[in-house]
Amino acid sequence: MKRFLLPLGLFLVLAAFLAVGLRLDPREVPSPLIGKPAPAFHATALGRPEATIKRDDLLGKVWVLNVWASWCGACRDEHPVLVGFAKKGLAPIYGLNYKDQRAEASSWLQQFGNPYTDSLFDPDGRIGIDYGVYGVPETFVIDRAGVIRYKHIGPITPELLRDKLEPLLRKLNA
Amino acid sequence: MRERLLPGLRRVMCVCGMLAALLATSLVPQRAWATEAPSAAQDPAIEARMMLLAAELRCLVCQNQTIADSHSGLADDLRRQIREMLAKGQTDDQIRDYMTQRYGDFVLYKPPFNASTALLWIGPALLMAGALGTLFVVLRRRQRLGDHAFDPDMPGDDDPR
Repeated sequence: MKRFLLPLGLFLVLAAFLAVGLRLDPREVPSPLIGKPAPAFHATALGRPEATIKRDDLLGKVWVLNVWASWCGACRDEHPVLVGFAKKGLAPIYGLNYKDQRAEASSWLQQFGNPYTDSLFDPDGRIGIDYGVYGVPETFVIDRAGVIRYKHIGPITPELLRDKLEPLLRKLNA
Repeated sequence: MRERLLPGLRRVMCVCGMLAALLATSLVPQRAWATEAPSAAQDPAIEARMMLLAAELRCLVCQNQTIADSHSGLADDLRRQIREMLAKGQTDDQIRDYMTQRYGDFVLYKPPFNASTALLWIGPALLMAGALGTLFVVLRRRQRLGDHAFDPDMPGDDDPR
């Protein structure tokens, strides 16, 4: 009887490791940017090529940065959630229009609704690189001091809004 | 038996050699193609350094490829970024820092040694030590056993059945 205990124990340990491994998402790479100042940017507004938006314009308010593109399928899935979230007015949402064309992006917003206070136009993805973007859509929460407090990779779901984003925004706005 | 085995063995080895040759020829053009990324720089020295650096950075989009090998848009952008930084005279370490500031240690195929990567680095040595230790203990135990614990050798034991 005793001789079976060791293999059984080893098996259980292995099974436990595998069970944990199954739950981990290898695509979720922890962002080194959390707790750091949001990288500076200087972008033109998507709808108004003559207007520029800088990071420092947004200091003093809590805001959400949502990386999106008209070519991104998951962004379409996420979009109604964002539109609903924008209506609640918890925080302004700024879009980062990533590696896109102005005309296509604008008509995409016209078609599906525009939850963004403004969208930064980033046609060659350089702002995206500074924010460590690798899987669109991505969402950041930036506090009054311009520090990144939260990052989510992949589409925002109603559950995520309810459980994570909205409580965090309420806390930061308090 | 051995005489009958040999021709078969030879045939297997021949097939293996052919496969290896086929693999080699199929790899060569593919690699050449992979380095021919769009918008290749004019300066071959910078291009060579860029490819060396890109080969030790992980592409975040297709995680099991390097930035040098990947054809994803992000890898293209990051190669362009490395090229520009090299042209500005930045060192390899500055570029590695630039990447880890944005994507974390995860981009490095050779992660630095710290608390969260200690198991990764020491793990193989620990496993090896454990295996050698077990082997040693088992052999010592068998050494101390008398002859009665083993089946006697029989003539013909080693023949294939």
